[in-house]
Amino acid sequence: MAKHKTPLLDQLESGPWPSFVSDLKQQAEKRAKNVEGIEFQIPVDVVDDLLGLLELSFKQGRTHWKHGGIVGVFGYGGGVIGRYCDQPQMFPGVAHFHTMRVAQPGGKFYTSEYLRQLCDIWDLRGSGITNMHGSTGDIIFLGTTTPQLEEIFFELTHNMNQDLGGSGSNLRTPADCIGQARCEYACYDTQDLCYDLTNEYQDELHRPAFPYKFKFKFDGCPNCCVASIARADMSFIGTWKDDIKIDQKAVQAYIGGELVPNGGAHSGRDWGKFDIQKEVIGLCPTGCMVMDGKTLKINNRECTRCMHCINVMPRALRIGNERGLSILAGAKAPILDGAQMGTLIVPFIEAEAPYTKIKETVIEPIWDWWMEEGKNRERLGELMKRQGLQKVIEVLGVDPDPRMVQEPRSNPYIFWKEDEVPGGFERDINEFRKHHLR
Amino acid sequence: MAFISSGYNPEKPMENRITDIGPRKYDEFYPPVIAKNKGKWLYHEYLQPGVLVHVAESGDELYTVRCGGARLMTTTHIREICEIADKHCGGYFRFTTRNNIEFLLDSKAKVKPLLDDLAGRKFKGGSFKFPVGGTGAGVSNIVHTQGWIHCHTPATDASGPVKAVMDELFADFQQHRMPAHVRVSLACCLNMCGAVHCSDIAILGYHRKPPMLDHEYLDKMCEIPLAIAACPTAAIKPAKVEVKGEKLNSVAVNNERCMYCGNCYTMCPSMPLADTEGDGIVIMAGGKVSNRISAPKFSKVVVAFIPNEAPRWPQTAKVIKGMIEAYAKDAQKYERLGDWAERIGWERFFEKCELDFTHHLIDDFRDPAYYTWRQTTQFKF
Repeated sequence: MAKHKTPLLDQLESGPWPSFVSDLKQQAEKRAKNVEGIEFQIPVDVVDDLLGLLELSFKQGRTHWKHGGIVGVFGYGGGVIGRYCDQPQMFPGVAHFHTMRVAQPGGKFYTSEYLRQLCDIWDLRGSGITNMHGSTGDIIFLGTTTPQLEEIFFELTHNMNQDLGGSGSNLRTPADCIGQARCEYACYDTQDLCYDLTNEYQDELHRPAFPYKFKFKFDGCPNCCVASIARADMSFIGTWKDDIKIDQKAVQAYIGGELVPNGGAHSGRDWGKFDIQKEVIGLCPTGCMVMDGKTLKINNRECTRCMHCINVMPRALRIGNERGLSILAGAKAPILDGAQMGTLIVPFIEAEAPYTKIKETVIEPIWDWWMEEGKNRERLGELMKRQGLQKVIEVLGVDPDPRMVQEPRSNPYIFWKEDEVPGGFERDINEFRKHHLR
Repeated sequence: MAFISSGYNPEKPMENRITDIGPRKYDEFYPPVIAKNKGKWLYHEYLQPGVLVHVAESGDELYTVRCGGARLMTTTHIREICEIADKHCGGYFRFTTRNNIEFLLDSKAKVKPLLDDLAGRKFKGGSFKFPVGGTGAGVSNIVHTQGWIHCHTPATDASGPVKAVMDELFADFQQHRMPAHVRVSLACCLNMCGAVHCSDIAILGYHRKPPMLDHEYLDKMCEIPLAIAACPTAAIKPAKVEVKGEKLNSVAVNNERCMYCGNCYTMCPSMPLADTEGDGIVIMAGGKVSNRISAPKFSKVVVAFIPNEAPRWPQTAKVIKGMIEAYAKDAQKYERLGDWAERIGWERFFEKCELDFTHHLIDDFRDPAYYTWRQTTQFKF
């Protein structure tokens, strides 16, 4: 028998899509029965009270969670988000309901053994409710009490060799795409770079020293499956410099219909016979492809590596061999001054372990500048906007490159530096007046 | 309940403390076929919606079965995933960025038994636990935020509207009939902890009333200068107020300047915005993150407001379904929703999607707004 009546939530149990309400109910029931005799360290009816509280929100159209509180584990300034309910009398099970962020493994690969261990800790010491995963990428533990935080952290670190993720004004837990683990498009090892930088910058991740949050995301190719270009303060997107490799026989197999275009992604509708002219060559944004008799030719120098032709004919076209990545900076969601896409600050850099060049010539100079100049709660992209791309170029110590802009400025309001103008800015007005009377 | 110690000693927090060890290393969890063929994959194909095969240079094959999942997930559900993985694929699986679950199999013979097993697993309420799909030119899982389940600033719920909309779009989660893939995302407030601003379709929670001022507590709870500085439109100024005969330091809000972003509330809990009638949903459309064919682009606001209609958000679901049907009918192969809207023109987009164009949809926020107005005689009647 459910503790609270939930007539509104019950309506989310029907329909085909997995119902979180049904899942929460099975969890509430499991805790109530407690067949395994677990000595629950937080209220046994935590899930019932969560359902009750959510039902109230559904009824009123308003949240019942208070502003966060300052809770955490000793020595870390992130990884735990305090959360208290504003109706603790009605729902004592969720009076204290803190979040813990657990750093996810690269590519979000798991074994059942590892996840069961996590579940064991979370069933004993928390609500058993999670997000797999949070938006940034962490495994999210939703709902425990303050005394359990250190206990969970101790068990994670001692028994599972597992750390917490980031929150607050620090490096957020970096996230990557599946990369070379399963994808033929990946131009570098996203998981390795992600893991390397995550470990290199543990201090920045756990101890807030930044003006605001900072996100790294790693996409293996310009298809951008983890959306780094839209949401990472610094995004690392795989690319290549040389020629797309062509298997002319496979091109003919696509034309002849032996191979299905785009790996069969359009199988649900009859789009007619594959037409390479219309579907590949005609859609190429740079017009750098042509069929010369039975040979597909690509003018690689003009290619901007948009991935379309490779996506459509993966068995005929493959990414080049001279691989590395592009770095873009400054992407963010709309708060405060509107959304921003990442700006290309490094067109190409090698991505080989130990990634010293990426760390020492890009990440660290950018962080030094941002920590020096950034205002409280100013994202990197906002500082870039305030001080200009010229400043970024200066910080990186690189030459300006037309690749970094979409177009040159259309106003002539150039802020000349004094040393760029012969003779400087200091002049003698009296000397001038000798030739130009008042 | 008796307290069970982990071994942690609160008297000596630094004793045996382990810190800064980071996540577990990715390759600890690779299935053998991935460990062997990493970086040497040749190509992939969709065998049917939700089922992929990846073929390596070695000739090895990896079969992936993708299932939708609610990102809000209990340990009971996770343990069931573990049990399935043990039974069918040696305990190996992964999650995608869009909260899908992927079972990783090393032979084709294992695919059908897994599919049959998954099809039979349903929650008590009748919904599928593991619907297979979410691949190719279809509608994948909705990425979303916390909403009323766990957040202090939402203007709508997250899991509720997602469930309602995915029920509506379910057939297209399991099909490949779209012109290109369709990515739907939900953020329950403007903070967008789930960045939805570059999605084919974005569902965004939005407040429409300026903050209330809890004068009696404001100066005790908040740093007034921080609350003032937090406002992007400079709508907040310091104010002296009288409450119950007592003069108090507080703030005043210029309601006309407020854009309801809630940034002040983030800094000051005595300025709540939540409101039953004020809060609801904004629908945005036409964004993308991929560099394929056209550059990544932001989603545009196409419906200014839909009320929160718990528990099933029928208008929100209907508007989204309508847009997706119009897109499916009219767009060309490989054309993303935003590329389609740009090709036919936004005037046609509103016509074909049967959406009203209201003054709310014309940008008036700072300089960039000007550049979104029509500056050519090229338009369609």
